[in-house]
Amino acid sequence: MKAKLFISLALGLTHAAVAAAKLNVVATFPDFGVIAQAVGGDNIKITTLARGTEDPHFVDARPSFIRVLNQADVLLEGGAELEVGWLPPLLTGARNAKILIDGPGRVVMSRGIRLLGLPTGPIDRSMGDVHPAGNPHYWLDPANGKIMAGQLAEVFSRLDAANADAYRANLKKFSDRLDQKIADWTKALEPYRGVKVVTYHKSYEYFAERFGLSVVGQIEPKPGIEPSPTHITALIPRMKLEGVKLLLIEPNRPRRTPDYVAKATGARLLLLPDKVGAHEKVTDYIGLFDYDVAQIVAALKESK
Amino acid sequence: MKLKYLLTLVTCLTALPLAAQVNAEVDLLKQQLQTVKDAFEKAQAESRRQIEELTKRLDAVAQQQSATTNEQQKWRDWMNSPVTPGRTPPPGERTWSAADPIRLAGGGAASYLNISFAALVAAGGSTAKNIEALQLGGHDPKQRGFTVQNLELTLDGKVDPYFRGQANIILQIDSAGETVIEAEEAFLETVSLPWNLQVKAGQFFTEFGRLNSMHPHTWDFVDQPLINGRFLGGDGLRNPGVRLSWLVPTPFYSELFLAVQNSQGETATSFRNDHEGEPFLGRLHDSGSVKAFNDMLFAPRYVASFNLSDAQTLMVGASAAFGPNGSGPRADTQIYGLDFFWKWKPAHQHGGFPFVTWQTELMMRRYQAGAFTEDLDGDGTLGATDADLNGDGLLNSVPREMLTDYGVYSQIAYGFQKGWVAGLRADFVTRSRRAAYEAVYGNDPDRDQRWRISPNLTWYPSEFSKVRLQYNYDRRSHIGADHSIWLQFEFLLGAHAAHKF
Repeated sequence: MKAKLFISLALGLTHAAVAAAKLNVVATFPDFGVIAQAVGGDNIKITTLARGTEDPHFVDARPSFIRVLNQADVLLEGGAELEVGWLPPLLTGARNAKILIDGPGRVVMSRGIRLLGLPTGPIDRSMGDVHPAGNPHYWLDPANGKIMAGQLAEVFSRLDAANADAYRANLKKFSDRLDQKIADWTKALEPYRGVKVVTYHKSYEYFAERFGLSVVGQIEPKPGIEPSPTHITALIPRMKLEGVKLLLIEPNRPRRTPDYVAKATGARLLLLPDKVGAHEKVTDYIGLFDYDVAQIVAALKESK
Repeated sequence: MKLKYLLTLVTCLTALPLAAQVNAEVDLLKQQLQTVKDAFEKAQAESRRQIEELTKRLDAVAQQQSATTNEQQKWRDWMNSPVTPGRTPPPGERTWSAADPIRLAGGGAASYLNISFAALVAAGGSTAKNIEALQLGGHDPKQRGFTVQNLELTLDGKVDPYFRGQANIILQIDSAGETVIEAEEAFLETVSLPWNLQVKAGQFFTEFGRLNSMHPHTWDFVDQPLINGRFLGGDGLRNPGVRLSWLVPTPFYSELFLAVQNSQGETATSFRNDHEGEPFLGRLHDSGSVKAFNDMLFAPRYVASFNLSDAQTLMVGASAAFGPNGSGPRADTQIYGLDFFWKWKPAHQHGGFPFVTWQTELMMRRYQAGAFTEDLDGDGTLGATDADLNGDGLLNSVPREMLTDYGVYSQIAYGFQKGWVAGLRADFVTRSRRAAYEAVYGNDPDRDQRWRISPNLTWYPSEFSKVRLQYNYDRRSHIGADHSIWLQFEFLLGAHAAHKF
């Protein structure tokens, strides 16, 4: 009886040890989490902090995040000042050396990615929330997904060398699939190359660059500044003149002004998920683009 | 024959001008041709120039593209290279070194010292005769007209691999027009101690309740709640000391704090404070000196947080502060507090809006006041060396007694659309019973019952500025009702420190 108890206890402990051996990965946003899941597979455990429906610049530093970060082996952050408004105090509270700025588990996802919208002249706050490091919405170019996955495979292999082969295989699988899908998406949007769009915030610059949409303006007069009547009355005739077909907004944006602009210009208003989880149907990285591309194609077909 | 001559002559005569006319036309045509030729050559030269320019641009683009392709190729090579430990870093990475220029508000990766400045200014007035007595907070607007509430310079950054440092230097212009400097906070904090511990040391706000450790520019109202003013002091409870915190390994967030700080001075108003020689709670106070370890201020706190749903977060805390006070020997003060903070922010938020927060704090103070006699020199007669606190010409004395006071404030803030927040706060503070000293000196406005209702509306043009209008309805027992209205402005420069929850 005692032996049995001992064995089950030992088994329980080994089980716990195996479970603990899984890399505990915390992602600030679901997009980083789903890519990490694709690369890490069963060898990692993912926890995501912010939700896909949230304005990424204004996430609450919920105290529960401190607890999660305290336990993390790896932290995936967007970088480029994406989380500057809420992550720093959480990290001080988390007191976890692994994920400090030079910690082995600190991963800045923008690493190696060419950021758009790098300010070329002097900037100050009268220009709104201009990001000195460049536009941080870079995950909306699927090609950047490959760069992110590449870095994750490297980090996971370094921290968990025993499973390096699995990470490499997963990376290849993910990259190949993404290559195939990028070709499909590009083909689907090929007939609409150069189509003019207006967005709410500069969130879709990377998506537009990848698929040849031409972003001609924003509902916001300046990044992070609420639309003003002056800006909107100037935007409407410009959109008509340019023949803007689509008005793209993130699902979390208020609808009143975009609805008004769409009605006044005849542009089609599209709620386009900008992150995984921004729409219930968008649950993984490839699904994000599947959904967005299908939405745009359907809208443009209709407007023809 | 004659006719023939005549005809020839006529013909010749007519032909002469004709020939001249033809010549003129030819000249004109030649001229026109030349013009056309010139224009054509000019156009050709222009298009040649344009073509050259375009070719040049195309070359540049091609070069750029090939550069991009090269970069992409490098990436592809890197990505296809075997994923092994010690693999080379990805191409195109530039590491920064400490030799790079110091950037104060790090636009790039470098961040040595973040500087920010917050200015808080109020304008308004009140029906109260003595506004200084009405507004308990050290940074509250306190006069008719303008008040510079708080000019706050914040410096923060990583000290070294072990510590983070922060300093908040406050400038204030008092009602006499004098500029006052306060070293409000200056502390260092460990970043990664083992066993989930963290140490803070220096001058800092005691983590008591929710509002005490928050800086005025982050408050939802123009002024400080009454319980904070009465029990923790107008400038908040803060002093030099050391604080240990432990992140408790519970499945939810919870943290245990213990601070040991100096117990003297006006920033520990309920403790060893001499109240600048003015009577306080019917007694003259002497801040005395530290004779034993338990003459320090001890402040334990426990806080826990729960996610009630995707959109709702609850944070509850219990705090206490223990230390001697200046009313006599063996006279101690105990302050107990409970705090509660609830926030609703839907999953679909835009710029942090909409939201609703509900914040409530309860506090109780038990003040062991020592016996006091106006006969300071002990000669039994009222002389120059005695203190006639109420000016009645008699030698009054009050016994040792326990003074128990308590109060509560509760506030709701509703961010109904981006940049707009409506708030409502209710304050209540009272004594448990009339004290013996109050029988001698009359009701003490520092203990008497009082309540206040404050609605307000705030507009944030951006996260870096705000305009707030607040009305206070105040009712003080034995004094009466007062109305105040305050308009508050704020601006922030520099690195905007991220908000704690």
